[in-house]
Amino acid sequence: MIDFTQSQLERYSRHILLNSVGVEGQLKLMNSRVLIIGAGGLGAPAAMYCAAAGIGRIGVVDADAVEVSNLQRQIIHFTKDIGALKVMSAKDKIEAINPDVTVEPVRAFVQASNIEGIIDGYDFVIDGTDNFATKFLINDACVMKRIPYSHGGILRFNGQTMTVLPKKSACYRCVFHKPPPENMIPTCSEAGVLGAVAGMLGTIQAAEALKYITGAGEVLADALLTFDALPMNFRKVKLRKNPKCAVCSEHPSITRLIDGQQIVCDLKK
Amino acid sequence: MLHSIDITKERCPMTMVKVKLKLSQIEKGDMLDVLLAEGEPLQSVPRTAEEQGHHVEEIRKEGAYYHVMIRK
Ligand SMILES: [Zn+2]
Repeated sequence: MIDFTQSQLERYSRHILLNSVGVEGQLKLMNSRVLIIGAGGLGAPAAMYCAAAGIGRIGVVDADAVEVSNLQRQIIHFTKDIGALKVMSAKDKIEAINPDVTVEPVRAFVQASNIEGIIDGYDFVIDGTDNFATKFLINDACVMKRIPYSHGGILRFNGQTMTVLPKKSACYRCVFHKPPPENMIPTCSEAGVLGAVAGMLGTIQAAEALKYITGAGEVLADALLTFDALPMNFRKVKLRKNPKCAVCSEHPSITRLIDGQQIVCDLKK
Repeated sequence: MLHSIDITKERCPMTMVKVKLKLSQIEKGDMLDVLLAEGEPLQSVPRTAEEQGHHVEEIRKEGAYYHVMIRK
């Protein structure tokens, strides 16, 4: 029988009150596993909302330590955490928000050689990474392992996100095919971002995870949501699965994972 | 089967939260007797139960409180 402690009933009361979440939806959240790749601008708010929502197990993947330049947007990390591993800083805050959550910190960069093992067993993945090569790797790995995931990207005042239901809806590669050429990638000095824009996008990704798990509404599949926070315009573009997609089509040309060669901006991210 | 719950000591929104939990715990076709106070609980509990596809079969006043009979 479904049961909650008095404290859990109160903690999750605003979810339980929602007809499309309810007692059953909250239970699904508590029995679910969400993996957040990157404990940065997108991963920070995503992890905090997943924690607050009572996701049973939250995996956090990141190899970096907290730097002072992170704090303008990576709100899961505090000034006192400078120098600490991001995954441990995130674990502390997640547990402080909600002791019911089990956190699995993974100190690593996802790569072709380790990503399948890292994402294995999760119900939903949130891509909170900041470079194209890793975004394609996450897409390809999630498609191959049939794990739904949320893509997210931000730059300056802009954000974009889509939710991929492998083999059912358009994947990142259906739309973007391959990483952009080097000269199209913003250089470090161009790569500013308004902190709150990271929060907006990461929060949308968390909402998608919660909706997918509870079944509430419809996830952002076969659609790309973009916004420009300067005029605060939102746009949703319909997408279709590409029948010739290199990874999610009937006869994919990509059948094993390989690392991209992209050089990541090595200034402080 | 008849089940009962007393939410006269609860405050909004825990009134509805408790009723929703109880409704999730009983079998379809079972009856839930909800004892509640007038005002917000009396307004919202029967309405929300109906919205969720349950049937409010009877609302009966007893002293200062009300019994709302909900069929799951
Ligand atoms: Zn595809």
